[in-house]
Amino acid sequence: MTVPGIQTDALRPHAEDAFAHELKALAAADDRPRPERWRLSPWAVAMYLLGGTLPDGTVITPKYVGPRRIVEVAVTTLATDRALLLLGVPGTAKTWVSEHLAAAVSGDSTLLVQGTAGTPEEAIRYGWNYARLLAEGPSRDALVPSPVMRAMAEGMTARVEELTRIPADVQDTLITVLSEKTLPVPELGQEVQAVRGFNLIATANDRDRGVNELSSALRRRFNTVVLPLPATAEDEVGIVARRVDQIGRSLDLPATPDGIDEIRRVVTVFRELRDGVTADGRTRLKSPSGTLSTAEAISVVTGGLALAAHFGDGVLRAGDVAAGILGAVVRDPAADRVIWQEYLETVVRERDGWKDFYRACREVAA
Amino acid sequence: MTGTAAVPEPVLLGVRHHGPGSARAVRAALDRCRPTAVLIEGPPEADALIPLATDQHMRPPVALLAHVAGEPGRAAFWPFAEFSPEWVALRWALAHGVPVRFIDLPAAHTLALGVGDEPGRVPGSIPRAGIDPGAGTGTGEGITPGAGDEPRRGPESDAGPEGALGPAGAAHPRTDPLAVLAGAAGYDDPEVWWEDVVEHRRGEGDALAPFEVVAEAMGELRSALGEERDTDAIREAHMRLRLREARREFGGVVAVVCGAWHVPALAERRTVAADRQALKGLPKAKVEIGWVPWTHRRLSRHSGYGAGIASPGWYGHLFRSPDRPVERWMTDVARLLRAEGQPVSSAHVIEAVRLAETLAAMRGRPLAGLAETVDAIRAVMCDGSDVPLALVRDRLVVGDVLGEVPDAAPASPLQRDLDRQRRTLRLKPEAAARDCEFDLRKDTDAARSRLLHRLRLLGVDWGEPLPSRGGLGTFRESWRLCWEPELSVRIAEAGAWGTTVEGAATAKAESLAREAATLAGITGLAERCLLAGLPDALPVVMRALADRAALDSDVGHLAQALPALVRSVRYGDVRRTDTAALAEVAAGLAERVFVGLPAACAGLDTDAATEMRGHVDAVHQAVALLAGTADEPAAVTGPATTPGLRDRWAAVLKVLAERDALPGGIRGRATRLLLDDGRLPHERAARLMGLVLSAGTPPAEAAAWIEGFLGTGGSGGMLLVHDERLLALVDGWLTAVPPDAFTGVLPLLRRTFSAFEPGVRRTLGDRVRRHNTPGPGPDPSPHGAPAGFGPALDPRRAAAVLPTMRLLLGTGPEAVTTEAGPTGTGGEPV
Repeated sequence: MTVPGIQTDALRPHAEDAFAHELKALAAADDRPRPERWRLSPWAVAMYLLGGTLPDGTVITPKYVGPRRIVEVAVTTLATDRALLLLGVPGTAKTWVSEHLAAAVSGDSTLLVQGTAGTPEEAIRYGWNYARLLAEGPSRDALVPSPVMRAMAEGMTARVEELTRIPADVQDTLITVLSEKTLPVPELGQEVQAVRGFNLIATANDRDRGVNELSSALRRRFNTVVLPLPATAEDEVGIVARRVDQIGRSLDLPATPDGIDEIRRVVTVFRELRDGVTADGRTRLKSPSGTLSTAEAISVVTGGLALAAHFGDGVLRAGDVAAGILGAVVRDPAADRVIWQEYLETVVRERDGWKDFYRACREVAA
Repeated sequence: MTGTAAVPEPVLLGVRHHGPGSARAVRAALDRCRPTAVLIEGPPEADALIPLATDQHMRPPVALLAHVAGEPGRAAFWPFAEFSPEWVALRWALAHGVPVRFIDLPAAHTLALGVGDEPGRVPGSIPRAGIDPGAGTGTGEGITPGAGDEPRRGPESDAGPEGALGPAGAAHPRTDPLAVLAGAAGYDDPEVWWEDVVEHRRGEGDALAPFEVVAEAMGELRSALGEERDTDAIREAHMRLRLREARREFGGVVAVVCGAWHVPALAERRTVAADRQALKGLPKAKVEIGWVPWTHRRLSRHSGYGAGIASPGWYGHLFRSPDRPVERWMTDVARLLRAEGQPVSSAHVIEAVRLAETLAAMRGRPLAGLAETVDAIRAVMCDGSDVPLALVRDRLVVGDVLGEVPDAAPASPLQRDLDRQRRTLRLKPEAAARDCEFDLRKDTDAARSRLLHRLRLLGVDWGEPLPSRGGLGTFRESWRLCWEPELSVRIAEAGAWGTTVEGAATAKAESLAREAATLAGITGLAERCLLAGLPDALPVVMRALADRAALDSDVGHLAQALPALVRSVRYGDVRRTDTAALAEVAAGLAERVFVGLPAACAGLDTDAATEMRGHVDAVHQAVALLAGTADEPAAVTGPATTPGLRDRWAAVLKVLAERDALPGGIRGRATRLLLDDGRLPHERAARLMGLVLSAGTPPAEAAAWIEGFLGTGGSGGMLLVHDERLLALVDGWLTAVPPDAFTGVLPLLRRTFSAFEPGVRRTLGDRVRRHNTPGPGPDPSPHGAPAGFGPALDPRRAAAVLPTMRLLLGTGPEAVTTEAGPTGTGGEPV
């Protein structure tokens, strides 16, 4: 699974490697009580995520930009024996936060189970090395522990990504782990008991309906923290612009000097529909069924750029993003279309400087 | 000081108003030192009202309300909650038979001063958010009568701790003393600091010790922050004088409960002469004072008056719970969430308590405070969501508690305001029902109507509107007046909304708007606000209306709401009130109806289709009215939106008329409305009818179309009489309906045709017979006119109507002659 040692040329180093110096400085300065097997005190973990300056002058970069309260609740949850569930729409830094929490608490963010529709029970409990199993019979040596099992045995933080994508029966194997804090191995007549310091961070997407909802028995074992979308439009425009720039470069799209206005418009439309209220706060709107996440805004703009570059005059215009927006907003052809039209007629039509956008959207919708 | 030798020192209990910890500490301190008299910061005029505090019908939260006689708008409030230290002291003293006095500057002065200080303040005007002008820290509330119905933060205002809390503090040039102390202790939020060091302490140790510490801290602060404001100096001089008086009168230990800020000043020794001097020449107003019921919501900051305490419910809980406040709190929350259908188990409660306590430890607080418990509730019980949490905030953190005042309490200012208005308007409260009619063009009558409408908003149904006797006139209103004794009780209850009828009705309307469940309810409310002349409430109502309209996806609701709204626009127009905002909202609403209507008409069953047809009619009328209003030059609605309103509606109707999948009744109705407006040529209408009535359409659908087209009001008959082609189409279709289907469509057709007037029915029958049996009778088509009609206009017969038309229109003869010609023809078929 994991290769020991630090690979300096890794495309993306683990959090505990990339920020090793910060963790070290924090550990040195941290004089508060630490829960057993924690590398840092809860207070220092919160500081590692939120950023700050240590007495010795070391600057801790903020890993998460958002409400302090959220980080405090998350860290505190890990300090109790409850598991932590990070919820949020795509692009709200759930995985990022969970990785950094694990790195700061246990010094190891690699005990990771990636949840997919095909995640088997073995990924959460244990598997077998069949060669040894056949050769030696069932023994502890023939057993292949899952990341969760290792975390339990060593008192570390395990991570489960995209918990709601895992089939329900596999999810429920976590119940014993989280409530009894033990993992029986009936084949050997043994069990692995979690030692102090063990905990689990799961992430899940709360806007994707229809995937495997958590059973209430499992849900009850988690404290839930919802990570919000970017708080201000400017933050979001910045994120979109930066990502679009990166993606555009990798796709060899020509740079667009004037694109920022169009990006701002896309972000405004997304935020208004998502929040159900216009940016000036004066008019309520209905929200469509789609997520309208920052990630989707990025893909709308990227798609618009490609259109402008290959079929337009190279400048991102209203017409280039209109079709993309329509596709992102209208997920349910009946209800969402009405919502979109209402938005066009009651908000967009009246707005100064949005005439071109209104016309473009009308054309696409017709 | 004079008699110091004989009299022991007074016990000065500096508190934070509405602080549960302070209240507990006051009770413990009183129990310990057993004073001979208790003095409380508050208006001395209320001394006579003190015994009412033990009345069994008196339930906090209540407030002492003082206002200038005859001007209820100039008022000041001293609210008391169950957990207010002042209230606790009051109850303690009454229970132990110890005399109680209020020792603050009399309201007579504070109210007079407040007006003097602020020339700009109009009595009865809308209160400014800040409460005391001077406010903030240091000043007494007394000083600034919050105008109107806006309760000020009350006695506490004093500087003390609470001053710090109000936004007013920021406006004040002086720094917030609490913030200074909290900052010194390393806290960002002064309120949190005060809670940690005072309110959350649970009592072991010396009952008086905390007060000494607070007094010392305040003394330091006062010397560090410099001179107090004049008003403070005056109030403190008065308090000192009263304190001296009481000590002389009662002897022994006298206890004083006042804002912590004042403690150092009361301990100070000044000569009587100096204090008297400070009070010399104060302006005075005639003041009336009484108890009024209060609510937790008004105590809380959420009500929008800018100051107060954020979480009365939480404080009440802290005060009431004997031990384990966090555990008890979580249990209450779990119970509330369970009652609302949220699955919350005892295990959740346990985990929430643990999380809250761990959070508090991590944040370095001695006890989990409100912030920690709320965070824990969100993470453990609400799955991280803020939606159920909002419920917790509303019901528990703020709380729904409503105070009560015994009947024996003196009349409320609202009652007095009503009496005054009744006298001015010469409306006598009589038990016998009496009908009267108001001509709204007269000022007195209009004022009477407004008063009655306002009272109705407050739930005081003194008058009941009757259907106007004069028919449709907008200028007349009929009322049945009947005064019943229980209405006085209602007025007392309504006292919590404000001190004047107008202010209270405005506050009530705003609250109703926020709570209204249905869209139609809010439009109705908007109408009532206009009738009651409450322009101040309109922005809130309009906002609620726009919000709800935006979120309501049921076009039926929107369509129901539109007519009332448009009526309001019209009405406001007649009264020349500014309804621009209203018209804008109405136009927005119409726009939403336009967008959603075609989709909403699809897939309806018969009943739903009939209802929807009604909505289409209602919207049609409303659009016509709205467009008419907007076209008038006086209306301020945006020129870009309104001219197209009718056109866009016509476009929607066209879609309805031509979309095959929609129910027949709606398509028929839409066709008819277009035809009547002249937006659909006759040929086109005939073609649509032909399509529907051809063999491909199920007979039941076709019959529904006919019902929709001809209308249930009977007006459609005339159309058939006049349009040969349409009649022929109907006739042809009817004869072709297969026998087994005929019985199916018969009830519908009968319902449609029986609504026509007998004369019309007979004519129709005649014409059908003639049409089907060619031969006898005049040939129908030599001059293109239908059978039974002359070839052209008959001027002689048309002229016969003119005198009547002139009378109806009230116009001169010339005006009528030009117009009567064309219109007269249609009206005279027989």
